[in-house]
Amino acid sequence: MERKTKNFGYTVTRDRQIDFDANNHDIYKIVAKAEPTLNLCISCGSCAATCTAGQFTDFSLRKIILLVRRGETKDLEKEVSKCMLCGKCLLVCPRNVNSRNLVIQISKALYDNKMPVSECL
Amino acid sequence: MQKHVVVIGAGPAGLETSANLAKLGLRVTLVEKEAVAGGHLRKWHALFPDFLSGNDAIENITKGINESVKIQSDTKVTGLESVNEYFTVSGHNGWQEKADAVVLTTGFQLFDSHRKEEYGYGIYENVITSADLEELFASGKEFVNRHGDKPDRVGFVHCVGSRDEKVNNLHCSKVCCITAVKQAIEVKQLLPDAEVFCFYMDLRMFGRHYEELYKEAQEKYNIQFIRGRLSESTEDKDGKIVVKVEDTLLGKPLRIKVGLLVLMAGMEPQADTKLLTNMLGLKNVPDGFIQPVDETLKANYTEVPGVFIAGTCSGPKSVSDTLADARSAALAVADYLRI
Repeated sequence: MERKTKNFGYTVTRDRQIDFDANNHDIYKIVAKAEPTLNLCISCGSCAATCTAGQFTDFSLRKIILLVRRGETKDLEKEVSKCMLCGKCLLVCPRNVNSRNLVIQISKALYDNKMPVSECL
Repeated sequence: MQKHVVVIGAGPAGLETSANLAKLGLRVTLVEKEAVAGGHLRKWHALFPDFLSGNDAIENITKGINESVKIQSDTKVTGLESVNEYFTVSGHNGWQEKADAVVLTTGFQLFDSHRKEEYGYGIYENVITSADLEELFASGKEFVNRHGDKPDRVGFVHCVGSRDEKVNNLHCSKVCCITAVKQAIEVKQLLPDAEVFCFYMDLRMFGRHYEELYKEAQEKYNIQFIRGRLSESTEDKDGKIVVKVEDTLLGKPLRIKVGLLVLMAGMEPQADTKLLTNMLGLKNVPDGFIQPVDETLKANYTEVPGVFIAGTCSGPKSVSDTLADARSAALAVADYLRI
């Protein structure tokens, strides 16, 4: 529904805090069940350091894991789509996080749950 | 009759345990596989957080060794068994003793950094370990890298062989964080114009005055701390080491060239420890470090009555923690022998 509003020349700045209580944590629950090593990440960044995709885009698996864990699913689909599934991250992870499968499981969870396009973009 | 205790391993733990057992009126034989006592400490230039020299530390600990302690050097223990009320300990050279109690002070071995091949130790000359750096400090020679140049930048890599399941070491070696800070300061003292970087996952400044030394590293020496674990390092055509890391706090991959890269090699259980624990039938050795009966209440006791542990054979420790643990083990032995 379109509402006609008068532009008074000022706006309300949207809150940029992570609203943990309002966020949807279903994706985290589904992914953590499908690939439990998600919970082992210590955010060391080795995966992102060796990642070819990360050299050319702002892709960082370390960051994606945090987004999933905080329920920040808004940009997730766009983010995971940058991964080429080469698996180099698997070779460097000191906690043996099954990183390649993790990306697949995040994509799958997002697809299966048919996140509204507005939430994905 | 005076009771007799055999202590195996003459590093700081073995020396301090023996000195205290002697003080308590016991006769002690301290067995050492090397020709001289002191262990890793002999090769360590200076200790955190107060830069006490390794040699001064050994000299002070050794002051407690009196005539009640016999040091049996050049002897590798090859036999250790419990016979009725006592133990029989024998060496590769035919040496043998009966003991009323045994203390294992077999310590640790440094992680072999060749195993982290992606970091380039043994491949690139200017990738060295924290132990190599101590030897360089101790030599008193001019501070140059392996190409004979004064490095304009020096990098320190934390957690090499620690907190890394790829090399089967989940544990934290405890002392490397503060050692890196100490060594970074020493590098800056020798090369004031050099830039020094520490690549870390977490900075574990748990000990007394560690945080103060960390602050001093920032405030006085302008040492830079980058939160990210190396994925790999390579060598460029000029012989500089190129480090690849994610600057996790900025969320961007980072590349930096350094003239010298120092790997903070962690602690692993001494390989010989396993032989001894096997001889005793000690089963509680989950990751190679000996598990005490209770980590809090019985930290120096093993499942075998009369066999005690002290120092890093039961897990990574600083020298000060090792010495405290050794004194505690001596009291546990005295209690067991009811003296």
